[in-house]
Amino acid sequence: MSATDALNATFAALADPTRRAILARLAKGDASVVELSAPFAMSQPAVTKHVQVLERAGLVSRGRTAQRRPCHLEARRLKQAVEWLGTYRQFWEESYGRLDEYLAELQQKEKKDGSSKARNHRRSR
Amino acid sequence: MEAAKLEIIVDPARPIITTRRMVAAPRALVFEVFSKPEHIKHWMGPRALEMVSCEMDLRPGGKWRFVHRAPDGQDFGFHGEFREIDAPARMVRTFIFEPWPDAEALETLLLEEKNGKTLITTTTVHNSMEARDAMLKGGMEAGMTEGYERLDALLVTMQAAR
Repeated sequence: MSATDALNATFAALADPTRRAILARLAKGDASVVELSAPFAMSQPAVTKHVQVLERAGLVSRGRTAQRRPCHLEARRLKQAVEWLGTYRQFWEESYGRLDEYLAELQQKEKKDGSSKARNHRRSR
Repeated sequence: MEAAKLEIIVDPARPIITTRRMVAAPRALVFEVFSKPEHIKHWMGPRALEMVSCEMDLRPGGKWRFVHRAPDGQDFGFHGEFREIDAPARMVRTFIFEPWPDAEALETLLLEEKNGKTLITTTTVHNSMEARDAMLKGGMEAGMTEGYERLDALLVTMQAAR
């Protein structure tokens, strides 16, 4: 699985409210499928399916203890997904900060060089 | 020069996000830097992300796509289709964040020039409140209600530890 596919799988896994609730529970500590099923009006096989989706997305790993196989939150993976997008404001604040600098740079060039594209573009209006 | 203020207006009842920002340049130039790949690469997105590809077929029905690369090498694509082009005042396009292919949004860019400066207004209409909130909050918190505070706290801790 490529890095992009892996991240797509992570975002897809996070799109479901039950799976987010499972991650919230695991943030408190490891838990078995039986323990995870308790707060949900859902059968253990149904919860197991959600856990498998989280496992494939790299968000959860499972212990080897034969019976219990406790689920463990892979916080690093979650962190990656959350960090990438960051917040909307942060994304645009930084973009617009760069845009200010870039526009200033372009207009400086335009002053120096009378034949710049931007200037022609503007004159043609 | 102090950076101008970015306003983000979130409609409480409809899945719409509006942003407003003033820049010190005439709108013909602003329109160019919003619509040409050679310009977009210089400013779109946080500095930590490199824009590794950018294509814009600037005409109604034309496709656009760009890809950001994170420092760890992961790529994130965005794409869509231009719907209306009215240079240098207005541009309407669809917008899809590729990890969420079903969450298509419609974006309108409006440029108004005042005394040589340009007010940039973007209006993004998402196809559901969930999709809007996911984009707004960074995906993780979408649809979260009470009971998930622990996870929120974990995320805050993880982000603080960066």
